Amino acid sequence: MNRSVAETRERVEKSLKRRRWAELRFKTYGLCAVLLGLSFVVLLFGSLIAQGWSAFRQAYVVIEVHYDPAVLNPEGTATADDLAVADYAALVRTSLKTRFPDVEGRAATKQLAALVSNSAAQTMQKRLAEDPKRMGQRETLRVLASDKVDQLLKGRIDRTVPEADRAVSDQQLAWIDALVKDGSLSLAFNKGFFTQGDSREPEQAGVWGAVVGTLYTLAMTLALSFPIAVAAAIYLEEFARRNRWTDLIEVNINNLAAVPSIVFGLLGLAVFLNIFGMPRSAPLVGGLVLTLLTLPTIIIASRAALKAVPPSIREAALGMGASKVQMVTHHVLPLAMPGILTGTIIGMARALGETAPLLMIGMVAFIVDVPKGLTDPATVLPVQIFLWADSPERAFIERTSAAILVLLLFLVVMNATAVILRNRFERRW
Amino acid sequence: MSTSALLLVLAALATFAYWSGKQRSLKLVGGGRGIRRLHSLPSYYGLLTALWCGLPALLIMGLWLMLQDTVITALVKSHLPAALSHQNAGQMGLLFNDIKNIVLGNIPADGARAEVRAAALDYQRLRGIASLSLTGLVLAAAVAGLALVRARIHPELRARNAVEKIVEFLLLGSSMLAIFVTLGIVLSVLYESLRFFNAVSVQEFLLGLTWSPQTALRADQVGSSGAFGAVPLFLGTVMISGIAMVVAVPVGLFSAIYLAEYANRGFRAWVKPVLEILAGIPTVVYGFFAALTVGPLLRQFGEHIGLHVASESALAAGLVMGIMIIPFISSLADDMITAVPQSLRDGAYALGATRSETIRNVVLRAALPGIVGGVLLAISRAIGETMIVVMAAGLAANLTGNPLEAVTTVTVQIVTLLTGDQEFDSPKTLAAFALGLVLFLVTLVLNVVALQVVRKYREQYE
Repeated sequence: MNRSVAETRERVEKSLKRRRWAELRFKTYGLCAVLLGLSFVVLLFGSLIAQGWSAFRQAYVVIEVHYDPAVLNPEGTATADDLAVADYAALVRTSLKTRFPDVEGRAATKQLAALVSNSAAQTMQKRLAEDPKRMGQRETLRVLASDKVDQLLKGRIDRTVPEADRAVSDQQLAWIDALVKDGSLSLAFNKGFFTQGDSREPEQAGVWGAVVGTLYTLAMTLALSFPIAVAAAIYLEEFARRNRWTDLIEVNINNLAAVPSIVFGLLGLAVFLNIFGMPRSAPLVGGLVLTLLTLPTIIIASRAALKAVPPSIREAALGMGASKVQMVTHHVLPLAMPGILTGTIIGMARALGETAPLLMIGMVAFIVDVPKGLTDPATVLPVQIFLWADSPERAFIERTSAAILVLLLFLVVMNATAVILRNRFERRW
Repeated sequence: MSTSALLLVLAALATFAYWSGKQRSLKLVGGGRGIRRLHSLPSYYGLLTALWCGLPALLIMGLWLMLQDTVITALVKSHLPAALSHQNAGQMGLLFNDIKNIVLGNIPADGARAEVRAAALDYQRLRGIASLSLTGLVLAAAVAGLALVRARIHPELRARNAVEKIVEFLLLGSSMLAIFVTLGIVLSVLYESLRFFNAVSVQEFLLGLTWSPQTALRADQVGSSGAFGAVPLFLGTVMISGIAMVVAVPVGLFSAIYLAEYANRGFRAWVKPVLEILAGIPTVVYGFFAALTVGPLLRQFGEHIGLHVASESALAAGLVMGIMIIPFISSLADDMITAVPQSLRDGAYALGATRSETIRNVVLRAALPGIVGGVLLAISRAIGETMIVVMAAGLAANLTGNPLEAVTTVTVQIVTLLTGDQEFDSPKTLAAFALGLVLFLVTLVLNVVALQVVRKYREQYE
């Protein structure tokens, strides 16, 4: 205890180097953590974009087809129904064989036909149904190439590996090269991806069905959760007296916000589907489940927005003779609206990304048709992503990434709207 | 009339009710200046009429639509010939699927048996009756409400007070919904779980070491014993959440410290939103990332150094889940650190402490309860997270401590048990609800404790 000043100074100075070093180390850890976090963001987006951007382009083949009556209508008595199920695939095969006349034998013909998507036959059928006068005529059609050709053109199939390990045979490579050379096989903007529903064939699969399903589901969610959440927030913030009852409600809301989303799915399955007998896979039920899921988020945000309105406004309104309901609807609510809307958009963004509870209520089914109403079977974008990610075909990886990019685009737009709304209209008192 | 058309008609009626109520109140006092003799503004008389016209009708409609299907199914069932009605519940479910599909035109009626066709016709007839009577009832209720209120309008009627009472009642009802939702979750999950525990004892479920939910369809089937010991699932969940926490807590905490204490304003303003992007990305995207990027990467890396890594390893799922939770921890920790009063820091500096010493010995210690609360919330999220593990962790219920092997979790099993074909009385589907109950209770406890800790801590410094 009787250390001299000089002794103390010496001890401190000795320790200084160690302490400075510890300081630097600590600071570096922090910086490393931040950089690690940032690199995760870059890695995630980098891998998604690298895998997904190519799905916005798609390989198309130009072929010359002949609506041959000898194949489509051999007896000359075919009705419209018969024509709908005629053998158009044979016509596509014939057209390819005219392009490569030296192809002989069943195996080789099959390989050649595999270059073109089976949607080519459907395209022909549709065009003939549109205009029956095409029967017997020839025309040049631009049809989808098969997913393997598409992947090859995009460089996702390695030409150098031995033929046995490659999805495309040497013979097919030669045909593809010939088609590319004369310009009839090329990559173009993939319109189908944005206009079609799901399909088992990667080249025909699109996100439009899922986008429409998402819109229906979110519309249902918004229509229910916004009014209910705002009403609940107003009650708790403006009307409720603090007692055990309102405490219970508050604890409930805070807890619901942290309940795992899959539990809401269990609720939906047990109550909406099994007790009320609502249809499976329908946006109606999806919307109801997501409503329950987003309610706590929106209520909490709305309460914060209402709380931010200064009491002087309320007192002024009451002083002028307004009733309590008038005070809220005429003054407090309009002032809090930007904050409430921001919270709602954030809640909707959460609902948009939610997958697990929708799996529980059967929105995971394979659905080709674009839904036309709230009770049609439908799927949503995140579930579509989940379904495609499970598919074994190589070409679906690229589609999955592209669908993720579409989903993220929606999210970015929503969040940007929320930020703009907040910056533009939120008032600080 | 279809539901949406009925809703439209109802909306039109309510609009008409508003207009008619308002007009009537004005007419009673001779319009214009006479308005002073009204108790409330004319629009309140309109609103009152519209509310009484719309709300009861809407309520009837909601209740009706909720119960309609159950009632019709029961009626059709009671009309079935004896040969069809003496079946077990599973066959009955299939039969009703057929009937509904025939009604909807999904499968052609001429292929079905005569009894089924008759039942389908019966179903269709009852649905027609139901739809017709619903329309009648709803419209009658709406018109009755309109007429009743309209007839009672007179200048002394306290319309504003009545409207406000209804509004307050609606507000109260909306806020009570939160309680109903919690009750609904508890009751529905509990009910199905109790049915499960009738077949499988609680001890066997909570302490059993083998999980193989495939129950035998036939008595002589091999390999489908139906074992419901959930310990492997609990351990798998704990392991994956543990890995996630090992990733997320240090990275999240250190980045929060750096951003709150060291970074200059420009850096912070730029980096914080970028890190928060991670919080906004849907979990299905993380699942895809884990299954197709991180999983194969780890596998290749393992081969490189001579380790066998399963393609659906716990490590891949845990790592990616950790990435997902980083922003959650960092933003909570950031809040907690910035809530520590500056005076504490200044005191430490005055005693000669360096910055890192101040942070470690003063700031973090003061913020610790809040940070612990945040970590508890994060754990509850990790346990309940579904999509990442469904896509990146396996289905095999291995009882292992090796993070390089495939494990399965509670949420994965819920999803696998409940997607696809299900019959609602087999222990296999009911097991999912028992797992859901465990999940709900565990996360509930974690949340309550965490929220309490966080709230207490906040109060301390406010």
